[in-house]
Amino acid sequence: MSHEYVDKILNKHQEKRMALISILHDIQDHYNFLPEEALRGVALRLQMDLNEIYGVAVFYKSFSLLPKGKHSITLCLGTACHVRGGPKILRELKKMLNIEPGQTTQDKQFSLNVVNCLGVCAIGPVMMVDRKFYGEMNSIKAKRVIEKLNKKRSGVKS
Amino acid sequence: MRKIKSVSDLEKWRETILSKQSQDEVIVSVCGGTGCHAYGCKKVRDQFAKEIKKNGTGQKIRLRFTGCRGFCERGPIVTIQPQSIFYQRVQEKDVPFILSETIEKGGIIERLLYEDSTTKQKMASEKDIPFYKDQHRLVFGNNGLIDPEEIEDYVGIGGYQALAKALFKMEPDQIIDEIKASGLRGRGGAGFSTGKKWEECRRAPGDVKYVIVNCDEGDPGAYMDRSLMEGNPHSVLEGMIIGAFAIGANQGFIYVRHEYPLACKNAETAIKQARKAGLLGKNILGSGFDFDVEVAQGGGAFVCGESTALIASIEGRVGEPRSKQIHTVEQGLWGKPTNLNNVETWANVPLIINRGSKWFASIGTEKSKGTKIFSLVGKVKNTGLVEVPMGITLKEIIFDIGGGQQNGKKIKAVQTGGPSGGCIPASLFNLPVDFDSLAQAGSMMGSGGMIVMDEGTCMVDVAKYFVHFLQEESCGKCLPCREGLKRMGEILDSITEGRGNQESLSLLEELAEVVVDTSLCGLGKTAPNPVLSALRYFRSEFEAHIHQKRCPAGVCTPLIQYSISEADCTGCGACAKVCPAKAIEGEKKNIHHILSDLCSKCGSCKDVCKANAVMLQ
Repeated sequence: MSHEYVDKILNKHQEKRMALISILHDIQDHYNFLPEEALRGVALRLQMDLNEIYGVAVFYKSFSLLPKGKHSITLCLGTACHVRGGPKILRELKKMLNIEPGQTTQDKQFSLNVVNCLGVCAIGPVMMVDRKFYGEMNSIKAKRVIEKLNKKRSGVKS
Repeated sequence: MRKIKSVSDLEKWRETILSKQSQDEVIVSVCGGTGCHAYGCKKVRDQFAKEIKKNGTGQKIRLRFTGCRGFCERGPIVTIQPQSIFYQRVQEKDVPFILSETIEKGGIIERLLYEDSTTKQKMASEKDIPFYKDQHRLVFGNNGLIDPEEIEDYVGIGGYQALAKALFKMEPDQIIDEIKASGLRGRGGAGFSTGKKWEECRRAPGDVKYVIVNCDEGDPGAYMDRSLMEGNPHSVLEGMIIGAFAIGANQGFIYVRHEYPLACKNAETAIKQARKAGLLGKNILGSGFDFDVEVAQGGGAFVCGESTALIASIEGRVGEPRSKQIHTVEQGLWGKPTNLNNVETWANVPLIINRGSKWFASIGTEKSKGTKIFSLVGKVKNTGLVEVPMGITLKEIIFDIGGGQQNGKKIKAVQTGGPSGGCIPASLFNLPVDFDSLAQAGSMMGSGGMIVMDEGTCMVDVAKYFVHFLQEESCGKCLPCREGLKRMGEILDSITEGRGNQESLSLLEELAEVVVDTSLCGLGKTAPNPVLSALRYFRSEFEAHIHQKRCPAGVCTPLIQYSISEADCTGCGACAKVCPAKAIEGEKKNIHHILSDLCSKCGSCKDVCKANAVMLQ
């Protein structure tokens, strides 16, 4: 892996220790996860222990040390979404994708995440697929969204 | 944009903006809040831009993409000025009609108006709609008048006037006295006096001091800070500069949670614009005061809403709280005196400076002044953000503004204060909403989430939800929170799975007490509140789970069973079609049956059955 991009990110943040979380966000945005090599590069340039960076990377839920799927399915389980049936949707998604939250399907197509609030509470239950919000969801609608993405993929192939 | 070097420059700038704006004959505002985005407002905005460019209308139209308007459930929202027409659920295809019918001919499109579900009356103006009618939108109202990415819009409505007043007509101590006299209390949860906090930070020894905006709105069910930061970032920035001047800080940070990318972007844009205009940086407005701001991003940790954890996070460390024996106003960011306030608190500051503490203190109750923005969500008809004067009753918010129950199920409680708060039963809905009354009822104001719950909500499940939420979000530093919540969660799991026994509740209460008394930070100290308040007001639901192995609300899956009423089934087959577990059998036009062994209890069959034949026991 080239360090070029990591260097670019570090230059942007002027190698500031306080920018560590922003640096990790930028790396994740680029690679889709936090590759070990990149973290080693950050440790070197910021003159920090890799251990410490690892600690920060695993403490904050936004970061992933494993590659994510092509599509990110994020289900909100904040209180408003919870009382309006969020858990039912989660059961359906788990079953459909055959993975637990935090995992990625074997074909690397979908990553399933749950978050504790997306802040779009008025239209809950809310699901976010690749940064697009879907409001007033239920298990049937959620299933359709995934099916549509699956169809799109097979459509492209044929 | 030129650099503003004095108050008269600011005034001249404002006059230029106003004279430019007075040429607009029509202003079409499309709500660009996150809720409206989910309903496709961007397409609506783009369509307006396209149509206006293509056809024109003969009138000078200004298209504005505003921040959140609050009535998110009715999005996408479009308003037309000067007629004050309020259109809801607007889609791309409606745009040409709005331009030809409303803007050109002055007519009103009935189908896009809000309709009161009880009276069936259509309403054309925002001020007639019950959701808006009883609100007092001092802080949040400007969201509809400005494009958050245009500093000129904010200056046009009188923005940065309070800053000019504070810098040139007031001494720092005078500003603090004014904020103290206004009675403003922190909108983030605890409700500490803002003026007092500023005073303590000002008096703390040291030359380097910091101010921070806490936009790590982690409370599930609350999103007013997001909407303010996204919709009116300059108001927060203005409050912050005034605070920094009063306290003696030259550097500030806006800490935004990672889940709010638009808030982050708009904060960054506002900072850049303010810097360019000379409202941030060296010698602001020629006053000699230097101040600048940076945005720091969170990483998805709820505990970082706690001040000491947030500070650790800005420093680029793991967000673990520390003991608060020494307050952050004395030793905060990098060990320097630091004043941290919530987004909504900062946004109140320019109002108080502009209109005076007396005016502000005339709104609200004796000990809770001003207004508060609540996010009214959950099982209520009108959901969205509402700003009301402190002291209004829960009943007024939930029934007059919120329109009462949704789906015909009776409302039984409202949860306030997020995971640190509690559930207030419907019998107490006459309670005035202020910091102290809510605390007395076993809940708290928190950051303003109001999640309405009805007969279909299981209070044991809600208690369990919060405990699991907090267990997951506990940083793990202190034992009572880390282990205590885990054990409380296990007890609640056992109750909802039908394994609860006589001792479960007493053990739960005992553990709750230990967690409250011995946890290190606010997260742990308040974590048992949702359980304790549920036990206080809804004990019978816990007992039904334990003794009768029954979930009265029909939520806890191990205790419920779905079946189809033979008398009501029409044999339409809709249930079998949606059943993800393939657990429903029956020929078309014949009675269907649920195979309980296969049933995953998802309830999809009940949701689709038009004959109401699916029963829940």
